[in-house]
Amino acid sequence: MSSIRTNPERLSVLDRPNSYIGKTVPRPNLDRLLQGRGSYVSDLELPRMAHVVFLRSPHAHAKILSIDGAPAKQMSGVITVVTGKELAAVITPWVGVLSHLKGLKSAPQSAIAVDRVCWQGEAVAAIVATSRAAAEDAAEHVAVRYEELVAVTDMRTALEPATPIIHASLGENLAFERMHEAGAVDQAFAESDAVVEADFIFGRHTGVTLEPRSVVADWNAAEARLTIYQGTQAPHMVQNIAALHLGLRESQVRVVCKDVGGSFGIKVHIYADEMATYALAKLLRRPIKFVADRVESFNTDIHARDHRCKGKIGVKRDGTITAFEIDDLTGIGPYSMYPRTSAIEANQVVNLLGGPYTNKNYRARARVVFQNKNVMCQYRAVGHPIACSVTEGLVDLAALEIGMDPVEIRRCNLIADDAYPCASPSGLRFEQLSHHASLSKIVEMMDYQALRAEQARLRKDGIFRGIGIASFIEVTNPSAAFYGVGGARISSQDGVAVRLDAQGSVICQTSITEQGQGSESLTAQIVGSVLGVSMDRVRVVLGDTDMTPYGGGTWASRGAGIGGEAALQATKVLRQNILDVAAAILQASPAELDIVNNAVVGATDGTPRIDLNELARIVYFRPDTLPPGIQPELMATRHFVPREYPFAFTNGVQAAWVEVDTDTGFVKLLRHWVVEDCGTIINPQLVDEQIRGGVVQGLGAALFEKCIYDDRGQLTNANMADYLVPMSGEMPDIDVGHVVSPTRESELGAKGAGEAGTAGAAAAVSNAVNDALAPFGTIITEIPLTPQVILTALGKI
Amino acid sequence: MTAPVAISLLVNGERVEAQVPPRLNLADFLREHLKLTGTHLGCEHGVCGACTVRVGGEIVRSCLMLAVQANETAVETIEGLSDSGEIADLQAAFRDRNALQCGFCTPGMLMVAQDLLREKRMPARDEIREHLSGNYCRCTGYQAIIDAVETTARMRMELEV
Repeated sequence: MSSIRTNPERLSVLDRPNSYIGKTVPRPNLDRLLQGRGSYVSDLELPRMAHVVFLRSPHAHAKILSIDGAPAKQMSGVITVVTGKELAAVITPWVGVLSHLKGLKSAPQSAIAVDRVCWQGEAVAAIVATSRAAAEDAAEHVAVRYEELVAVTDMRTALEPATPIIHASLGENLAFERMHEAGAVDQAFAESDAVVEADFIFGRHTGVTLEPRSVVADWNAAEARLTIYQGTQAPHMVQNIAALHLGLRESQVRVVCKDVGGSFGIKVHIYADEMATYALAKLLRRPIKFVADRVESFNTDIHARDHRCKGKIGVKRDGTITAFEIDDLTGIGPYSMYPRTSAIEANQVVNLLGGPYTNKNYRARARVVFQNKNVMCQYRAVGHPIACSVTEGLVDLAALEIGMDPVEIRRCNLIADDAYPCASPSGLRFEQLSHHASLSKIVEMMDYQALRAEQARLRKDGIFRGIGIASFIEVTNPSAAFYGVGGARISSQDGVAVRLDAQGSVICQTSITEQGQGSESLTAQIVGSVLGVSMDRVRVVLGDTDMTPYGGGTWASRGAGIGGEAALQATKVLRQNILDVAAAILQASPAELDIVNNAVVGATDGTPRIDLNELARIVYFRPDTLPPGIQPELMATRHFVPREYPFAFTNGVQAAWVEVDTDTGFVKLLRHWVVEDCGTIINPQLVDEQIRGGVVQGLGAALFEKCIYDDRGQLTNANMADYLVPMSGEMPDIDVGHVVSPTRESELGAKGAGEAGTAGAAAAVSNAVNDALAPFGTIITEIPLTPQVILTALGKI
Repeated sequence: MTAPVAISLLVNGERVEAQVPPRLNLADFLREHLKLTGTHLGCEHGVCGACTVRVGGEIVRSCLMLAVQANETAVETIEGLSDSGEIADLQAAFRDRNALQCGFCTPGMLMVAQDLLREKRMPARDEIREHLSGNYCRCTGYQAIIDAVETTARMRMELEV
């Protein structure tokens, strides 16, 4: 690890004796998951609980002429069959737009389709029964008559006059368009020594969380209160939305989120079938459970990355990049998702493109169109993989055109490490990045020159290996600029409450959530370090709107940077409060005291003065022995949100070393390297594992993953045998290195690390494959790089 | 064909007698009837490996086996392997290496890893990757899991010496 900027005076709170910050410690409570004693929503059973199964449209676009649920209602175990029209009496429809995405439009979406279905998989009826099997049996006996409509499936023709308009009320199939221009683009291209263009194509793919989306909604009519047990990343957001559309006050809705079997952005949205489940609980006055099966997951979990992006780069002979231009087109399905909208990914592509480089001339257009396919929305690293693949693909093409080494052209153009703060041509503000230090480090880690020599040697034997480099930036720690300013009630601040219990242990309630990233661990590490207690004395409570402060949750790489800082600040207050009480008990001054290893000690000599256990005993049970006027507060709450920068950008670089079999078209991933800069590292192991997991999701996109639709809008590979995901056999070992530039926005200095891996992995692999195929004069700008794509490019099929 | 069938089997060493519908799969029987929820369902079509259990000492996908087929067999789940201490070292290696994030694949991964380690004392890294290649993990990228299995193999070898 190398540090580009240190703040010794500001790290004092974290740099205490026995600090856990920067140390690899195992996550608390992992034994529960290791012994099969986790508590996932799919495991949950409640008294009187019924199961819902949704009958889903087999058509991509059709009118619903009639629904006959009567025969199904007669079947054994069936409680009822509910149509969209009936459910509309309980829950109102929604429109997924935000005001800061100017011009974004969408149509009202219902929990269950009412008159018309707009994608294959949209629910048309709910069958509620005493078991899921009984409900599935009955679903086959619900008769629905459809009148099939023309399905709009190809984003390239969605805006043509001959194409039917999906939502007549909107007047067109365009959901959102953004244009951006900075600098003198035409002049820059005219003055370039070379201009290169390419069309980049990205396969629509999805998150494939191992635990499907699951909800148990329990309406207690006697309490007039709805409890929603759900694997979600944002409990308070779910609380707000459920209350809004069911006509309840937020205080009437409690959201409980225990263990979550994978999320990655898939579980940060509001899905129609989940809304229907809440509504059914209210309608039927009993707990209702919905667990998607795998086919439903493929058909209804948000998809992402279905983009076609024309890119253009200008370059001087000396390697200077003169301009970038893109025209991005994406198809988002029939509705903009709620409440985060489906325009964010395209918007991010415009924001992030060319982000690592000094170039100032930039023109972009992004168009977002409706289609009769499953909805698209934010999935891990939203927009980053597209922006990175287009940028880095263009940079490599420019290097090839002028005969420059890929590392060298990046050295020529990356923003200098001492040039901060600065802004990008799209208006992003960078506080402190470390592109050059990162690039130097990865070149050293991978032994770049040795790999080049090996590549040249093997080529003589007909073995085609390639090196791909991809620099990137990542959006982390988002402020209200992401959603709040557009009118969404999605909190960008987070809160933490810490209290000393009667035996001197700490209970910490935080509004960030855990889906395996290590939120619980990083919170305990911060609280333990700042307070001076061992981690085993810190219990972290999260994922419950009744039990935690209000906050955003865990998404967009915000948990450590925002929730972690709230934990730090709350603990500082608690620490001072404890020292004040200790000083009163010990007849000392607080400044003479410290807390180390669960005891109050002398600040200078470390002599034990009073155990926290004893201090808590006096405060809670013998306050009569305290001096008059002392009212101890052994609980403290603090909230935090970044205010100076809308986002804390991080940066990094990835490198891939691959071998392409030119006879079969198979790509073998030999090795992968990442250097990234997420600021202060709280737990190196957890950061590295976030990076590795993120990389592998990006490698899936690079080589395997694609939702394949036919021209009638039918998803043809909606199962795990036909939709390929990365498995252990094909994945390489991944070396991770760090550069550390803490953000000055917080005392903690942490930025996010959750999406860096996914941001650049596909770009590195694409560049490596093109490098491997250089002797054939072939350039491929499409992912996934399936054998078919590669053999076609090689002219072999 | 739909009338319940009587089955009798050993589950984690305990005798279980039950009347089950013929179509009930073993995973649902374990989870819903015996409340052994450590066996997870990820795909319900035999691809993801989350539901892996041992039947008669061999690993099987419990979503692809009917409960009636388990009649007169000995079934072992993650709860059994945990309580007996058989895989305590493997679980500790997973914990120390953070070889799990969301934990949903973990019971299946542990089952398959233990199967490999019973078969082969010191498998090569590639062999570990190969043996685990039928178990899907979306969180870790696999490397930490491979490391944890490798570490466990080495520690067991050292204990034997």
